[in-house]
This record gives sequence, C-alpha cells and structure tokens, in this order.
Amino acid sequence: MEVKNSEDNTRIAEDVLIQVEHLKKYFPIKGGVLKHTVGHVKAVDDVSLTIKKGETLGIVGESGSGKSTLGRMIIRLLEPTEGKIYFENDDITDLSNRKMRPYRKDMQIVFQDPFASLNSKMSVSELIEEPLLIQTDLTKKERKEKALNLLEKVGLRADDRNKYPHEFSGGQRQRISIARALAINPKFVIGDEPVSALDVSIQAQVLNLMADLQDEFGLTYLFIAHDLSVVKHISDRVAVMYLGRIVEIAPKDDIYNNPLHPYTQALLSSVPVTDLSKKSEKIVLEGDLPSPSDPPSGCAFRTRCPLAHDRCTTERPHLLNRDNGHSVACHLHDNK
Amino acid sequence: MQQLNAQETPSVEPIRPPEGQEPSKNKASKSPFQLAFARFRKNKLAIVGIVILVSIVLISVFADLLATHDPTKSNLLLIENGPSSEHILGTDGSGRDNFSRLLYGSRISLIVGFSAMIFTLMIGTTLGSIAGYYGGKIDSFIMRLTDLMQALPFFVLALTIISIVPEITIALFVTIIALTSWPNLTRIIRGTFLSLREQEFMLGAKAIGASDFRIIFKHFIPNAIGPITVNATLMMAQMIIFESGLSFVGMGIPQPTPTWGNMLSQAQNIRILRNHPEAWIPAGLGIFLTVLAINFIGDGLRDAFDPKSNRR
Repeated sequence: MEVKNSEDNTRIAEDVLIQVEHLKKYFPIKGGVLKHTVGHVKAVDDVSLTIKKGETLGIVGESGSGKSTLGRMIIRLLEPTEGKIYFENDDITDLSNRKMRPYRKDMQIVFQDPFASLNSKMSVSELIEEPLLIQTDLTKKERKEKALNLLEKVGLRADDRNKYPHEFSGGQRQRISIARALAINPKFVIGDEPVSALDVSIQAQVLNLMADLQDEFGLTYLFIAHDLSVVKHISDRVAVMYLGRIVEIAPKDDIYNNPLHPYTQALLSSVPVTDLSKKSEKIVLEGDLPSPSDPPSGCAFRTRCPLAHDRCTTERPHLLNRDNGHSVACHLHDNK
Repeated sequence: MQQLNAQETPSVEPIRPPEGQEPSKNKASKSPFQLAFARFRKNKLAIVGIVILVSIVLISVFADLLATHDPTKSNLLLIENGPSSEHILGTDGSGRDNFSRLLYGSRISLIVGFSAMIFTLMIGTTLGSIAGYYGGKIDSFIMRLTDLMQALPFFVLALTIISIVPEITIALFVTIIALTSWPNLTRIIRGTFLSLREQEFMLGAKAIGASDFRIIFKHFIPNAIGPITVNATLMMAQMIIFESGLSFVGMGIPQPTPTWGNMLSQAQNIRILRNHPEAWIPAGLGIFLTVLAINFIGDGLRDAFDPKSNRR
C-alpha cells in the first residue's frame, strides 16, 4: 500500500485488482424548513488503498467508522463524493448503471444480515439463478445445473433449491448469499460483515467456506468486520479504520504483532485472550466515537488517544509507509 | 489464507449444515404466497366475504338467465306498481321491472368498481414505484403532483367533468374515477418502496447488475404485494360507493342503464320512499353487502400478508 502523492498516477500495477484513490463519501445533513444542507457526515474521508489479485484485505473498525460505506462505494452501490476507483485498469468511478453492468459480473458482495439480504419471495434456485440470467447467456437447463452445483459447493442439499429463504437458519442463508454471489464467477467479492450476525460456531464454518472457495476460484476478498479476531483468520493484510479514515494498514502479522497506531493497540488489547499465561495490558478507550459530521481537528483519534500531544490537534497525520508495507497515520511515528 | 484452528474458535465442523432441518421429502415447500393464502383461508370473516362476493359475481354474470324482464324496457301502463307475481319487486317510475334491474345493476357496480380499481392501480403503482425508486427530483415532482390532486376537491372535480361531458359512458366514468383517485395509492406505494429500498436485498439486486425494470418488477412489487392488494381491494369498495353516490344524485351512469345507484335515486321521491320500500331497499342492500364483503376480504388479506398485525 503506497500513498499516491500525485494525481497523475493512474497506471496500475499488473498484480493489482482494485485501486482506490482519495475516496470520499460525504452524506449531506439536511436541515431547516427548506431542507438545505447544513453539514456533512464524513462517512469516508480520503481513503486510498490497493487490493492485489488473490489477496484478502481485511477492514476493521467500530460501527460508524465508514467501513461498509467504503465497501459499497468500491462496487458502486453508493456514489463517491470524490475520488477514483479503478478495477483492473479501468476507471469505474463515473460509469453509468448500464456501462457498469459488465463490471458487476466481476464484483460481488455478501451482506451482513442474512435475513434482509435475500428476497424472501424468491426460491433458492431463483435466487442463485438470477445473476446467471442477468449476466450470462446460459440456457435455463444450464442455469439450473450450475445452481445445483453451487448449492453443493456451499454445503446445502440439492432438494433445498425449491425452498424459500424463511425455511433456513441464518448460517444457511448466508451460504445461499455466498452461492448467489459466486454464481457468475466474480474476481472480487466483498464480505460486508458476512459473519457478524451468526453464532460463533457457525461463523467458523462460513469463514472456512469462504476460505475454501477463495482457493478454489482464485477470488480476491475485501473482508469487512468489526472484530479483529474474525479478520485475523481470513486476511492477508488488515486495514484499521477510524472515523472514515484508514489509520493503519499492514500485513496481518505486522498488525497483530507490532501494532503502531494507538487505536490499533487499543483494539488488539480488547480481544479476549485464550492463552492466560500471556499477560496483556488492557488499554481501555474512553469516550465514544466522535460524530463524523464534526470530526476533531488534526488527528481524528486525538480525543481518545492516551498519547495525544499538541501537534495532533493542529495537523492531520498522513498515512505514510513506515517499513515494508506497514503504513500508519500517527505523528508518534513520524520521526522513525 | 489459513484455516481456523480449533483452539481459537470453539467448534469447526465440516461444511455440512448442522442446523437440524428435517429432510423435506414429505413436506412440500411453501412459498410466502402460499403461506399467506393458507392464513387467509383460516379467516372466517374473509371466507364469508368471498362467498358473498362470488354469489354477487355469479348473479351479475348470469343476469341474462335470471332476469324475468328486459331491465331497460319501460311499460307506461305499469308505473310504480307494487310487488306482483309478474314483477316480484314491482316496477319503477318508468314501468321497468325492479327485480331485473337489481340483477343487472350488480354488473355495473362490479364492472365500475373493478375496472376503476385496476386503472387506479396501474397509475398508482407506476408513479409510486418510479417516485420511490428514483427519488430526488423525480420523486419531488410526482409527490407535488399528488399534493395538487389531493388539494382539489375530488367530488366537485368529478361532478364538473361529468357535467361538461355530453354523454357519460361506463368507460368514461371509470376513467374519471381513476384519474381522480390515484394520488392516495401512489403515496402508499411510494412509502412502501422507500422502506424496502434500503434493504440489503435491493442493493444485492443492484450489485448483480439487475435493470431498474427488473428491480421494480421482480424485487419490489412481489414484496409490496401485501399493501398493494389490500389497498386495491378496499379502494374497489370505495369506488362502488362512489359510483352509487353519483348515480343517486343523477350524475352517474345515465338512465335507463340499470345501476344500484340509479335504483336508489328513486327513493328521492317521497312516495316511493314511503310506500314502495321493495323498490329501493334491495338495491341499497346490494351495495351494502358488496362493499362489506370486499372489506372483509381486504381485512383478511391484510392479516394474511402481515401475520404480525393484530388478531384477536
């Protein structure tokens, strides 16, 4: 992950699937009698990142940190306020719905809520065949075969295909969502907290399923979660978001063994430890996430940071590469 | 990419679904619509409504066979006669057979109610879906249009159009009702759409590249079918009342076409009101039963589509 310092760099390296540059999403706040804009919620504020082919980038952050918004912008379910999105070599930022359609074949999303993400009026086979119907020229018979094949791949029975979503449990529905997302052989899949709504035991199964499918189909994942331990298993690299910004991004092992940003350190210290022989210091963050409509000046994290100093109030830290792909946005590490 | 290891998460099982679902060999899978229908069938009041409505529909379909006389043929020798074996419900002010007019009258009520409902439904669903789906300026425009329509006094508007137009036909009448009553339905459908729009399955449809048309017809409308059907049903009852009301004041389908409203308007004559209840009570009863039956059905549909709604 390098921070681009000039706008002219639009050429994308061979092994990069997705590149995002200075992406912003400001939701206007309407107020007053005439509904004029009185402010903005800065859901995503200047995020740049790249995702390499075949890797899994995990994104963690509290609720409201803008991680889902970021994911939805990347596959153009939300319009970015500013910034650029590249898929392979193509700028997809401003494509119309119609022009976007061929790209949608290559990018899919699995949502968080397995009860809201499937159309309850469609049967399982209709749900899985719908993307094939829209995106491919397969005949009805071929679609049916493919759907059966997928059902089997995600661990459901063939006779489940005529059932409706309400007849399944959360974990099973999530498998249906995964089958639907994989139906058109996408290159890139966003998991928008795909296991957050599931029981821990089911979480493991779904995560393993996603990992297996990644190996089988050579998928690239953007895996969004609010839980560092979930992301740990599936990711190659992890980005930590706070208040719409990426504060630290690094290869998985670096993040977990050598967190640089105070926020990452606090998050890691809050993960329950199973190994009791290892003493860990708990860093408890005080206060709540500040309002994204009125973020603190300078470093957004300074209001809760135990190590904040004067400079943090005045100057916004940039996400800079410290060493070997480990980038952090914190003044404490500027002189290293 | 690594597999989870068992120490860190309690149970890692093979990918078979563990949730103990009974194998569905014996039990056929029911779609949400079939489930709704099953709930509807358990609602006694709604079934009563269906029975009444079906009987009235049958009467109107077979009016030709059941009627004893031509409902439009007047016989000036038999004006305002009481019941007799020849004319069971007597004759009206022009000597037409009341019983035959009653039977044929059901046709007009049902045709007007049903086609006005379908027409309104088409306008309301189209505009409501467009407003709810596209939002923004298009939404504002359509909503201001409904505001405008709702600000106009509906009854007066209808009366004005009717009095300007030289000849009222049933088709024209239906059009007038539909063109003046779409705003309500449009609002309801738009509201439903807005609440569904942010659901993840709608985003999911967009993510697979579904066209706007497909999103509206495959994803939105099937999920909004509950409120749409319920409102359409109740609207049909309203339209039957409206037709009768206009006919009663002489602004509806013109004589000699038999309609229940036309028959009721005889009761404006104090003599008939007092001395010949058999001439107008059956028509009133017809309207009453039809509307009641439709409303029962509407309530039954509401409960069937939304199992969470209150039930005793």
